[in-house]
Amino acid sequence: MYDTLQNLDRRWIFLLMGLAVAVPILFQLEFPETPTSLAQATFDEIESLRPGDRVLMAWDYDPASEGELGPMATSFARHCCEKRLRLYFIALWPVGQQMIDNTIEKVIRPDFPEMVYGEDYVNLGFKKGEEGVIKVIVTDLPNLYPTDARGTGLNQIPMCRDLESIQQMKLIVNVSAGYPGTKEWVQYATTPYPNTRIVAGCTGVQAPLFYPYIPEQLPGMLGAIKGAAEYEALVNAKYSPAGAVPAKYLEAKRRMGPQLVAHLLMIGLIITGNVLYFVGRRRAG
Amino acid sequence: MQMQESRGKQIWLALGTLALAWIVYRSATIGAGSAYVQNLDGEVVSATPTEAMLGVAEFSQLNTLGLWVAAFFTLAAFSFMYRDNPIYKFAESIIVGVSAAYWMVIGFWSTIVPNLLGKLDPAWIQTWAMPGLVPVREDFWWTYIVPLVLGVMLLWRLSPRGGWIGRWPLALVIGSFAGMRLVAFLHADFMSQISNSIQPLIERDEGEGTIDWPESVRNTLGILSMLACLVYFFFSVPHRGAVGKISQVGIWVLMITFGAAFGYTVMGRIALLAIRLEFLFDDWLWLIDPLGRRAGIS
Repeated sequence: MYDTLQNLDRRWIFLLMGLAVAVPILFQLEFPETPTSLAQATFDEIESLRPGDRVLMAWDYDPASEGELGPMATSFARHCCEKRLRLYFIALWPVGQQMIDNTIEKVIRPDFPEMVYGEDYVNLGFKKGEEGVIKVIVTDLPNLYPTDARGTGLNQIPMCRDLESIQQMKLIVNVSAGYPGTKEWVQYATTPYPNTRIVAGCTGVQAPLFYPYIPEQLPGMLGAIKGAAEYEALVNAKYSPAGAVPAKYLEAKRRMGPQLVAHLLMIGLIITGNVLYFVGRRRAG
Repeated sequence: MQMQESRGKQIWLALGTLALAWIVYRSATIGAGSAYVQNLDGEVVSATPTEAMLGVAEFSQLNTLGLWVAAFFTLAAFSFMYRDNPIYKFAESIIVGVSAAYWMVIGFWSTIVPNLLGKLDPAWIQTWAMPGLVPVREDFWWTYIVPLVLGVMLLWRLSPRGGWIGRWPLALVIGSFAGMRLVAFLHADFMSQISNSIQPLIERDEGEGTIDWPESVRNTLGILSMLACLVYFFFSVPHRGAVGKISQVGIWVLMITFGAAFGYTVMGRIALLAIRLEFLFDDWLWLIDPLGRRAGIS
């Protein structure tokens, strides 16, 4: 047994992990979510805004991290629409533009048809330049964005006519997959201009890097799919109290099923590995 | 050994053939792997099979092809877990090539056209690229000649002669970028972090005036952990005696931090695997229907 495990081909581990993720998906296992203080803080930041307040929706991610960040983007957009906020979508990642389109197609068009493009939401699109873009638009937005993503001049868009900079935003909602992302928004937008507040949803890889910013520089953060599931539960509890929640607003919760089983496997493997190590050391000794 | 390898190949071939036959069967009988579109206010958007069944959407050859290509590349990427192989190499090369081309095209249309050519000659750009652009030059439009010249100098690197010309704009980019980042890091990560670390060790509940124990313990632990980590990185004093013990605590704090970061990374990677499997099971093979897109079909 010891020798078999010691020389186990790593592909068996891959197979086990594949099954640990695939089986809960096939059987659609779900578990309840209890929101933590960070998810609550994120929810409260948006909840404290008033109808008509301006919110910058910075979608800095791409299809590679859609599985982790897509549910956050959906919940953020839904929450802001329910609050009747004015949404300014922007992307610092080339494919972020398509992620914005996805959010509009998934949330705004079917569930908030009364929201009018150019009056309630606008897609400013992608702009190359990473943190350089933030550095400019924090004081002069029309300089870098003469038009929206459709090529319409900002002066022809009602909600953009008096828009000078992102300091006019009540809140920045950032969904971040890496560079440029939340770190750059904190460094170039909210730290130098403390009146500009930000909440973020980020990948698991990034989350530990942002904890030092909480709460002064980053009042709210959703870390990975777990944060998304907690926030999703809060939004659903507030805006779908009757319980009939559309499936698209339960994506994060659904994706927590594979997480639980895969993490149990991971813990089991770590314990097994350690036991093998100590047994091996004793045998050698 | 050779015989064992050949047997392994035969098993994989048999399994692959069976899987393929099953996929073709599902596709032929219930339409698995089909994609549909509908026209909404003059815009063609994705539709569900149920909408197609109700007659408001139609079968899309192009989207279906895209779906199968995506499934193929997903499986090609997964195949690396078994061993390196030509199919994986092919998928890898395609992704690198497509990404580079995509970046180039996006860079041209989102930066060079609106932010350079659009500033130098807005009337011309308005006629063929950006109808929404105001066709009037800004007061200091000629300053954009500087980035134009620098851009041309940068591309000089591709020339067989005078490659050194490209170093000048590169120096400017590196210098300005380093300066910009230095200020940002000093402000947001150095000064602000010092400020954020100054916390009261004993926190009082504002309403009742009693000690808020959880918050007090959190603050105290945070400050002590930070000091222990700083001592670990303080190499001017030998790590012996009290300093050595505190630095040991610092190592433990660092290890816990790395462990938490690893845990988060694992969660992220599992989420990525989950979404790919969900794509295969839902969009491609129609084995599950979590969003109810095929209600009344399979």
